[in-house]
Amino acid sequence: MNSSLLTIPARRRRLSDEMEDPDEGLSRFQPAARLTMLRYLQDLHEAETPLDAVPPQYHTGRLPNSKSGDGKPRLLLMGQRRSGKSSISSVVFHKLPPSETLYIEATTRVKKESMHSFMDFQVWDFPGHVDYFDPAFDTENIFEEIGALIWVIDAQDEYIDAIMRLHKTILNLQQHYPAINVEVFVHKVDGLSDDFRQDTFRDIIQRVQDDLSDAGFENAPVSFYQTSIYDHSIFEAFSKVIQKLIPQLPTLEALLNSLCLSCRIEKAYLFDVLSKIYIATDTSPTDIGNYELCSDYIDVIVDVSEIYGWDRPEGEAGEEEYGESGNQDAESLITMEKKGNNYLYLREINKSVFQRPESASMADPKQSRYLALICLMGEDSSAEKKALIDYNVGVFQEALKQVFPR
Amino acid sequence: MNSVKRQKQRKVLLMGKSGAGKTSMRSIVFSNYVAKDVRRLGATIDVEHSNIKFMGNLMLNLWDCGGQDGFVENYLTHQRTHVFGSVAVLIFVFDIESREFAADVINYSNIIRALSECSPNAKVFILIHKMDLVQTRLRDQLFAERADYIRGASEGFKDSVDFFATSIWDQSLYRAWTMIIYHLIPNAASIETLLQQLAEVIDARELILYERTTCLMVTHVTRGMENENPYTDRFERISSILKTHKQSMSKHTGIPAGTANFAEMQIKTGRFMFFITRLTENTNLAASIPPSEQIFNAARINILLARPRFAELDIASRPRAPAEGGQGQPPSAQIGAAEA
Repeated sequence: MNSSLLTIPARRRRLSDEMEDPDEGLSRFQPAARLTMLRYLQDLHEAETPLDAVPPQYHTGRLPNSKSGDGKPRLLLMGQRRSGKSSISSVVFHKLPPSETLYIEATTRVKKESMHSFMDFQVWDFPGHVDYFDPAFDTENIFEEIGALIWVIDAQDEYIDAIMRLHKTILNLQQHYPAINVEVFVHKVDGLSDDFRQDTFRDIIQRVQDDLSDAGFENAPVSFYQTSIYDHSIFEAFSKVIQKLIPQLPTLEALLNSLCLSCRIEKAYLFDVLSKIYIATDTSPTDIGNYELCSDYIDVIVDVSEIYGWDRPEGEAGEEEYGESGNQDAESLITMEKKGNNYLYLREINKSVFQRPESASMADPKQSRYLALICLMGEDSSAEKKALIDYNVGVFQEALKQVFPR
Repeated sequence: MNSVKRQKQRKVLLMGKSGAGKTSMRSIVFSNYVAKDVRRLGATIDVEHSNIKFMGNLMLNLWDCGGQDGFVENYLTHQRTHVFGSVAVLIFVFDIESREFAADVINYSNIIRALSECSPNAKVFILIHKMDLVQTRLRDQLFAERADYIRGASEGFKDSVDFFATSIWDQSLYRAWTMIIYHLIPNAASIETLLQQLAEVIDARELILYERTTCLMVTHVTRGMENENPYTDRFERISSILKTHKQSMSKHTGIPAGTANFAEMQIKTGRFMFFITRLTENTNLAASIPPSEQIFNAARINILLARPRFAELDIASRPRAPAEGGQGQPPSAQIGAAEA
């Protein structure tokens, strides 16, 4: 029966008609548990897959396990029930205020979220209480094309069980799909005191790694992050997860490094404006404070642009006389009052290039996909040199176009 | 000389039932608090005074009056002349969630009576607060009902009292306070005339003058097409955006919030150009101009050159004609009155 379920979504309607009969047949002979299992399997296909009006405009290269090489990277959110998986996906991808996540109901079926931004990717939010390695499940279908598995552990709860399940999952994956990155989010750390948080985090890493080395996997690709939806740490963690899926990352980092060096930039980030995930930064040490500053800065720009970027009627009086209509890519600069303080520089990159075509919904102008370069300028970089910096950023932009041809 | 002195000090009373949110809103507007931090605030004991320097020559003397019955009793009896004398503005805060609304209104009438006795020329603003706790579709109706009822109890101030629905969780708080501040600025008309001239010279779509520590708008000038901007609440929104940005700056760079001011902020896009720069000691000017580098650069220079004239306005305090006002109106409606 699995083979019939693997049909492409276009045939879904006919498929569900066909399903009537085997379903009834099963109910006569199968125990109830089998039925539930069947429902999950159906859900996997029936789950809302957001309509994708725009085909992915380009891809960032071959995915680890992809056969065709042009699928969307898929991120799997898994973990114990009530560990915060749905909350994470709502906060990160739907911009839900963290306080509202209290009202999210338990996930009973697989939820698929599609993210249209610089990089198209899909997030699958799984119910916590289902065992996916049950032979009845089509593991191949689930794990075949994923880029990363995100395992969420509730740091405020008993995590021994969660680690056991994680261990089982990793072992299973290691056998069949060794290229999948396993990312462990030690979640809800906001509720723990600093010391206790460090202890818990270290304890979890220790346990997982001990278990794995006992099973003979010394260097399994498992990374750990401390996250919370009440601050920016969840975005930072997602940024790092996504970065691993971008094959051009070393090139981007090298470009940013040379930009930083030539312009005396303290820290440069390449942000995806829509999701506020950064896809690359220079290789100097990162500080969550810098990230938050940049992320808040994007908010300011987006909000002001919304207020004054409204659609003016064509042919505004006097508008035609400005032959030069300014730069299409927005740029912004903040200088601080106190001498010696850092200032911020923002430049939108490839906005025009990645603008959605007319056919796509243009109702929300923010839906256009683009990157922004945000730089925290160093202390000795004076604002007078802005023209030089502009030029250098222009060169950087050119280089970026070569890295990401359309 | 004495009148000039008094003109500078404007006494503002902040009153209302205990727990209505008086100190919370004061902390957010004037002391760089974030909305979620106000739960740390304790009850106000007696009166807390604060002086806020505003627009150079305007000094707000804010009396945050504790709202517990014992204190109110005291204000109305022993300290009656002390508290209610020479008041420029009374801000009375009602809690929309209050269970004894009728009792609140009786309290309010007592205070109004004392006010009309001691400073009959004062202006009264009513803030109906914590509106976020009411369901969105009921808000307007409930607000109108309450406002009518309170107006009925306003006695001598019946015709001049202004109502605002507020909440610390959105920009409505900034809207109400912008109106209050606008009422208090002694030379608003001359500032507006000057701003209008400046806008003509630099060909700006819109100029917004705002106070730098509170981010409250002082006044604005809008020209041409920009009047049709669908975001009619943009001034409050910009106040709110700038305030948030300021807090984020101070949080992540370790500069105290009071001094985390930017010297200049520019945003250039294909559709508009926007920049904020310092105008006088206490004010910043935000300008939205057409997307053109020439206009942008010229505008910056011109604003730089216009600074001394605005600084002059700051010091020269001309008493404001008492009749002038119509405080509920948007500031732009008053440009015509400037010649008077």
